[in-house]
Amino acid sequence: MQLSVWTYEGPPHVGAMRVATAMDGVHYLLHSPQGDTYADLLFTMIERRDKRPPVTYTTFQARDLGKDTSQLFQTAALDVVERFQPDAMLVGASCTAELIQDDPAGLIENMGLPIPVIPLELPSYQRKEHWGAAETFYQIVRKLSDKSRTRSPIDGRRPLVNLLGPTALGFRHRDDIVEITGLLGHMGIEVNVTAPLGANAGDIAKLGEADFNIVLYPETGDLAADYLKREFGQPAIRTIPIGVGATQDFVREVAALAGVDPEPMLQEGLSRLSWWSRSIDSNYLTGKRVFIFGDATHAVAAARIASEELGFTVAGLGCYNREYARDIRAAAKLYDVEPLITDDHLAVEKAIKEAQVELVLGTQMERHIAKRFGIGCAVISSPVHVQDFPARFSPQMGFEGANVLFDEWVHPLVMGLEEHLLTMFRDDFEFNDHSGPSHLGPGHSAPAPEDFAAPANDTETVWSEDAQRELKKIPFFVRGKAKRNTETFAAEQGVATIELATLYEAKAHYAQ
Amino acid sequence: MNASLPLNTASAVDCAPVLKERGQREVFCGLTGIIWLHRKMQDAFFLVVGSRTCAHLIQSAAGVMIFAEPRFATAIMEERDLAGLADANEELDRIVDQLLERRPEIKSLFLVGSCPSEVIKLDLSKAAQRLGAKHGRQVRILNYSGSGIETTFTEGEDACLASLVPVMPELPASAPPNLIIVGSLPDIVEDQFLRLFAELGIENVASLPERSVADLPGVGPNTRFLLAQPFLGDTAQRLKERGAQRLDALFPFGVQGTTDWLKVAATEFGIDLQHFEEITLPYQLRADRAIAHQRKRLEGKSIFFMPDSQLEVPLARFLANELGMVLTEVGSPYLHRTHLAQELAVLPAGVILSEGQDVDRQLDRVRATKPDLTVCGLGLANPLESEGLCTKWAIELVFSPIHGFDQAGDLAELFARPLRRRDVLRV
Ligand code: SF4
Repeated sequence: MQLSVWTYEGPPHVGAMRVATAMDGVHYLLHSPQGDTYADLLFTMIERRDKRPPVTYTTFQARDLGKDTSQLFQTAALDVVERFQPDAMLVGASCTAELIQDDPAGLIENMGLPIPVIPLELPSYQRKEHWGAAETFYQIVRKLSDKSRTRSPIDGRRPLVNLLGPTALGFRHRDDIVEITGLLGHMGIEVNVTAPLGANAGDIAKLGEADFNIVLYPETGDLAADYLKREFGQPAIRTIPIGVGATQDFVREVAALAGVDPEPMLQEGLSRLSWWSRSIDSNYLTGKRVFIFGDATHAVAAARIASEELGFTVAGLGCYNREYARDIRAAAKLYDVEPLITDDHLAVEKAIKEAQVELVLGTQMERHIAKRFGIGCAVISSPVHVQDFPARFSPQMGFEGANVLFDEWVHPLVMGLEEHLLTMFRDDFEFNDHSGPSHLGPGHSAPAPEDFAAPANDTETVWSEDAQRELKKIPFFVRGKAKRNTETFAAEQGVATIELATLYEAKAHYAQ
Repeated sequence: MNASLPLNTASAVDCAPVLKERGQREVFCGLTGIIWLHRKMQDAFFLVVGSRTCAHLIQSAAGVMIFAEPRFATAIMEERDLAGLADANEELDRIVDQLLERRPEIKSLFLVGSCPSEVIKLDLSKAAQRLGAKHGRQVRILNYSGSGIETTFTEGEDACLASLVPVMPELPASAPPNLIIVGSLPDIVEDQFLRLFAELGIENVASLPERSVADLPGVGPNTRFLLAQPFLGDTAQRLKERGAQRLDALFPFGVQGTTDWLKVAATEFGIDLQHFEEITLPYQLRADRAIAHQRKRLEGKSIFFMPDSQLEVPLARFLANELGMVLTEVGSPYLHRTHLAQELAVLPAGVILSEGQDVDRQLDRVRATKPDLTVCGLGLANPLESEGLCTKWAIELVFSPIHGFDQAGDLAELFARPLRRRDVLRV
């Protein structure tokens, strides 16, 4: 057993729902108790979908157990076919149904339904949401792709690609697809199929016609891409175009496979991020310590942008999906940090606290943690929240995605010019420490006055009055750090009372 | 004012047309109750023994993640816990040790059963005994089932409160009469009721649950109780088994319901009727005024209830009798005939009651009926809105303070707001 308060991923059947809901004409029959229907609200409320997810839950109850749960399942299957007339049906068991061992796959096979049926085996007690989505998508592709439809000779036609991995409830998938499809279009490359998001059974049938695959979301698209490689010999691109540099790499790789010229797409100025980042106001971004946590793909991408494109210091890097831990470990080496692979949000909270950062790039979970610590935060990955489905176009991928990232990551920080003013007018009665940066809005409360008597660390150090007064003159957004550093320094030096001099010695000691 | 409507308990309750449905349901399971129960009982912790699905349900139903480490968690079962019950029990003990070490302030711990724990027959009452023997000095360990195969949404609260009844202190036959308000109410509502009872002159009033599990009220042959919620069948049964008597009344929604609810208690406790009128009249008038604002908007509008919390019947009664809404179908996951007898008696004629659910067929009926307002769960609201139907999320009725005189206007407003919004939007 694992003690868990908040979870980063739902059970694997929720992953299957994300695939079914993303597609058209695919229905999912889920053998499950009534409470499992909660999952519908993820789609209708968080993502504001205007249709019910195409899921029928058998909703067996205790009184059905041992007698007619399998009967219930079969009746429900007939109802689905009659009422929804799907092009294909997924069938599977939730965690409870897995235990009663009704064998949906076997039951459905004997029914001779008039549509393709895809049985799913998603072990609820071992696997989680992303894997469930990947496996479901793979099974759909395996069953519905038409093995006779393969790529035609290139003969003057435009290169064709499949975009694999976007699902319902995905972090900005909706906009990423638009952005990347546009980018490919500029390069003269046509999208054959985007799946699962927006695809129907007919689209899946023609996957084999593409020249190659682009895996935008490895967590959900990798298994299918591996299969397509085996079955149709289609190569796959796995460079994730998040950030300017990664998008340029992506363009080069795509161009090489497609046999087109990458240069027109590599021109500078396609993303504002490069100039925004080099502009003088961004000086203050240098060396800001960031903590990055999310699904591995987004976390690795974020680390590169943070480090190479914004000049931050990556002070922590991790992911919650163990399946991709290797990617995180490799990236952590680059930035010389300890990789954090965990789905225990309390461990993440502890790591964030210890890393003493100025910005957290994480999931909704980290957003809450950061809020509690009074640190700025931007969300970079699922699990998602209603806020992660903005009305406006806001991709993460491609050149426009890079612009979005600049805005979303930099705004939670105190602006450069403003930081300068805050320091200058620190003692002004209207512009004091507790007003906080204005762009955070009136709802954003400045940090509560600190208790100077209490040391920030568990040390016995005392502050002299002089030193305390001086400490108050340090801008509030760095004061916590100054205080902690000074105390740590004092403890190391065996200084019992922190004098003015100790403060400045500590400052010199920690100066980089 | 409708407060003095005669209660025709002899009406043909059992003839009310009831559509019994046993198809697919779209409702939460009893675990959901933890979201409000843990806020109410501030010294209690709820440990769900379940699966990743259970953890995900609570987190998703809570909508936003609560801003702190909450007083609930899930012991998520993994592959090896399914190997044998001995291992599962051992694991559970380990988890409880770990939890109590981290949260030493917990005074009561509820082990909450789920579908998976029930299907593998993990006996949580035995586990509670075993762990009680070990940690008894520090914390009281209780258990109940919130599983979806046994409980529907609010029935989880029923199961939780029922688990508290056996540990309520015993009051002897010589004890003075006492009154217990049964059902978890927001503090503000609970305090209003306590003030009202005090004004009426009824002493010895307590609540189940109290804000702290350590303060459970006593129960004995002189105990009378009022149900504040219609879904507390098992809790009422257990209280009866301990000698307490249920006071049969309307549920305290709206002026009519609240007045009746208080009056039944006043009568039982020998309060002079004139005194009752004097005390309650100003509250009734104030509530009437608050309701009047919304009546304009709701009068003559039709409403359809999808089954959700068992609050449907009393709320439908309030909306029909005090706001002039037209009831079409009133669906409830379960109709407790005895506890609802009075409610059913004062429902307008011609209402279709449905019990249980077959969600797709019910949605067909919603579309055919085209009600002005449909009360439904979160999974259904946006899809219905996109079809042009106006909806009210049922879950808000469980989370918001809606009982009593001073919330009657707010309650009406919850139903009026979606309609008002339709009127103002020009997009
Ligand atoms: S219905 Fe059962 S398995 Fe599903 S969340 Fe509720 S208790 Fe857990």
